[in-house]
Amino acid sequence: MFQVRFHGRGGQGVVTAAELLASAAFREDRHAQAFPSFGSERMGAPVMSFCRIDDQPIRTHEPVTEPDALIIQDPTLLHQAELFQGLGRDGYMLVNSARGFAELGLGEFADGFHRDRLLVVPASSLAMTHLGRPLPGAALLGGFAALTWAVSLDSVLAAINERFTGPVAAGNAAAARAAFDFVRDERKALTIEEARADA
Amino acid sequence: MPYQRIKFYQTGSFAVGNRLLAQDQRSEQASPGRSNALTCGHRACQGCGEALGARYALDAVHRATGGKMIAVNATGCLEVFSTPFPETSWQVAWLHSLFGNAPAVASGVAAALKAMGRTDIRVVGQGGDGGTVDIGFACLSGLFERDDDVLYICYDNQAYMNTGVQRSGATPPAARTATTQAVGREPGNRFGQGKNVPLIAMAHEIPYVATATVADLRDLEYKAARAMDFRGARYLHILVPCPLGWGSAPADTVRVARLAAESGLFPVFEAEAGQVTSSTPIRRQVPVSDYLRLQARYAHLFKPEENTEVIGRIQAAADRNIRRFGLMSPANERGGSPAPATAISLGRAAP
Amino acid sequence: MLKQIEGSRAVAEAVAMCRPQVICAYPITPQTHIVEALSAMVKKDELAAEFLNVESEFAAMSVAIGASAAGARAYTATASQGLLYMSEAVWNAAGLGLPIVMTVANRAIGAPINIWNDHSDAMSQRDAGWLQLYAETSQEALDLHIQAFRIAEELSVPVMVCMDGFLLTHASERADVPEQAQVDAFLPRYEPRQVLDPAAPVSIGAMVGPEAFTEVRYLAYERMRQALGVITETAADFRAQFGRDSGGLVRPYLAEDADIVVVALGSTLGTLKDAVDELRGGGMKIGVLGITSFRPFPADAVREALPGRRVVVLERALAPGAGGIVTADVRAALNQPQDIATVIAGLGGRAITRKSLRAMLTAAAAGELGPLTFLDLDTALVDRELVRMRAARRSGPSAENLLRDLGITASRIG
Repeated sequence: MFQVRFHGRGGQGVVTAAELLASAAFREDRHAQAFPSFGSERMGAPVMSFCRIDDQPIRTHEPVTEPDALIIQDPTLLHQAELFQGLGRDGYMLVNSARGFAELGLGEFADGFHRDRLLVVPASSLAMTHLGRPLPGAALLGGFAALTWAVSLDSVLAAINERFTGPVAAGNAAAARAAFDFVRDERKALTIEEARADA
Repeated sequence: MPYQRIKFYQTGSFAVGNRLLAQDQRSEQASPGRSNALTCGHRACQGCGEALGARYALDAVHRATGGKMIAVNATGCLEVFSTPFPETSWQVAWLHSLFGNAPAVASGVAAALKAMGRTDIRVVGQGGDGGTVDIGFACLSGLFERDDDVLYICYDNQAYMNTGVQRSGATPPAARTATTQAVGREPGNRFGQGKNVPLIAMAHEIPYVATATVADLRDLEYKAARAMDFRGARYLHILVPCPLGWGSAPADTVRVARLAAESGLFPVFEAEAGQVTSSTPIRRQVPVSDYLRLQARYAHLFKPEENTEVIGRIQAAADRNIRRFGLMSPANERGGSPAPATAISLGRAAP
Repeated sequence: MLKQIEGSRAVAEAVAMCRPQVICAYPITPQTHIVEALSAMVKKDELAAEFLNVESEFAAMSVAIGASAAGARAYTATASQGLLYMSEAVWNAAGLGLPIVMTVANRAIGAPINIWNDHSDAMSQRDAGWLQLYAETSQEALDLHIQAFRIAEELSVPVMVCMDGFLLTHASERADVPEQAQVDAFLPRYEPRQVLDPAAPVSIGAMVGPEAFTEVRYLAYERMRQALGVITETAADFRAQFGRDSGGLVRPYLAEDADIVVVALGSTLGTLKDAVDELRGGGMKIGVLGITSFRPFPADAVREALPGRRVVVLERALAPGAGGIVTADVRAALNQPQDIATVIAGLGGRAITRKSLRAMLTAAAAGELGPLTFLDLDTALVDRELVRMRAARRSGPSAENLLRDLGITASRIG
């Protein structure tokens, strides 16, 4: 089972992102479960959503306490210590930001993990470019696909096109593709760097 | 004119005067073929105004709808005395659910009929003042707001009679009830704001609102039938004296109802889409004390001495009604010129 | 057709396929997505029904009563406070024998106000005379609605389909949504046992005094007994026509050779099964008994599944002054005195985690579980408030005191 936890603020599409991820997994004939952390509907409040992906039917209904991946849609949440709760050493993290982990003040924190599994992607600005609105969810999923290969980019794009229509679908898909490329390149660069450091 | 009005001074008696009329002008009650929607054998008190009003209203609706009607009843006197297990005195399809939900249940019946393509069958919701003015008020307003296709009839005997004469939102000021007893500094019901449901119904601007009493059979029959000319939410508020609760003689029920109208305390009128379209004029205004004296629930206003202050306030209310509804003006009678638009201001300052 | 679909949406699609004629609803979290979806379907003429936006839950059930009595298939949905507000009408509907189907998106009852999942709402109406069927998954939630209409109409008894608020209503899961033709083949037209018909007028809703009330109530009791058979047959028919197990009375899991059996209702069963698999892996002989039909209570089936075993009843509701609610029914069903432990868990939406379940069940296996336990109770927090209350008369509202102690600003993760 692969478990993802999304962090963001109300109104940023955190729930939609989890649902899109579940939809992408469904397209690959896998079982998926997506659900929000349930709170009163309020714009701007910190919210979480979860997505589980598995080849077997998913029976549990508990929250995701040990995520395999964290997707942080809003970097202003990074100061909250419990954001990282439960993420194992082999875990993935994708932060919506143009600044790197060190710049975000997470340099030391990142030391405990695989360097090429903690990445950033400027999802909001990619969304602004391709969609015209700073809704980073779809872009982050594109980046997530490149980061974890838990789902393929094609599945993410198909999920986007099923959920949205017209220019919104096209914009989200373009942002996802751009984020995928960005993260893929970022990983490549890090791998080369590590290889050089090891050599 | 929809029907021939008979003025009682022509006949010299309180008889309804059918024998002076052509067949087609006679009341439904005079017809041997009347439906008896509420038939004999029910357990109402001697002189019960509600039994009278219900029979008058529903037989008229039955004629107007060719019998294609369903009645929904709130808990109360009418429901209790008409269905003493294992008998029923209803000869129409009839449903009783709860005290506070008759309007909503009626809405449900109407929705079902619409869904089943049977809008030829009409729905009547009915209840006493308790179930309408108080506990059923939210549901009544919901029915009005949605304009559900229901005629709702309120039989107003001005208190919770079935449970032992307790005060309701329709109990008039100074009236004695079990929870507003004639004791202490301010005996009887307090002077509050009242709750004029016919006016509230008009504020919802529903297609048809009317008031009536059991003293004028043919007016009541006319209004029940007229209501069935409309689709959407309609409201009929009928004053039905209760000899037990009002402390009036059983034989006086019709007389007391007539005095309520002729004193101005109970305006009799019709309205469409929030505007009064006609009112029944008062030929000779009767002082409220003539009306109050017949009812033991007001006895404390006359003994040990006459409480002129309270009676004066009641008289002022009657006079205000007469002014507001133009009840002394024959021009407002049905078939005369329409009531002036400013006659009912609903309390707002005139523009 | 297999879909990745939000639980509420799945239920709305299933209800729509049952061809309800009157839908009436008042919004309350967490049922809103169901009625919103249905209202859109009606507005777009995808569903031929009358949809009434009513002024309260009391009005919602009342409209359903009128509609059902007039011969239409009627549906509504609510939760928590709304269920309480319509309680008078809930009892009325059962007493009148009207086959209304209602979704209860299980949510805690206040005070303190709480929008999250537990079973206290449906439990408060357990004696109202409605059938209560609890869904384990979104799939079962949608399936149970289709079965519910058929069961209700066969028996002339209203049916409550209970699905955990948020956990099932707001989760997107994989579900097989049937085709209209399949549902039509399974669910016949509504043929009322009693109906308001001007052509054949009857009076429905008479007052019944001491001379006959007992007999009327006995008939309700008798119908509930018959319901046990109807529920079983309907589930069997459903399996034959739709190809999966949904509904029925109880669902045992690894219970046959178990030393300990955990009894539970609703979505917790999924998490329980994961915990049980883990414990089985460690050698513990433990099983699960899911109760799908809580009313009528399947006493025989429960007795057959639990002979001589240690029983843990996991409850998402509480009877203050008495303890467990489901426990009482389980105990009454068992012939001999048996070791039954009540565990109150998940109140007001507190997550029931596999970790906590493992720890609790390990304690149960070691004979260390007392007769009544509150899972994951923060005793220190409670004790602080008790001290406060002993120290001063005006100790203040307890709920606010507890929250202040916790310093709650954002929701916890687990």
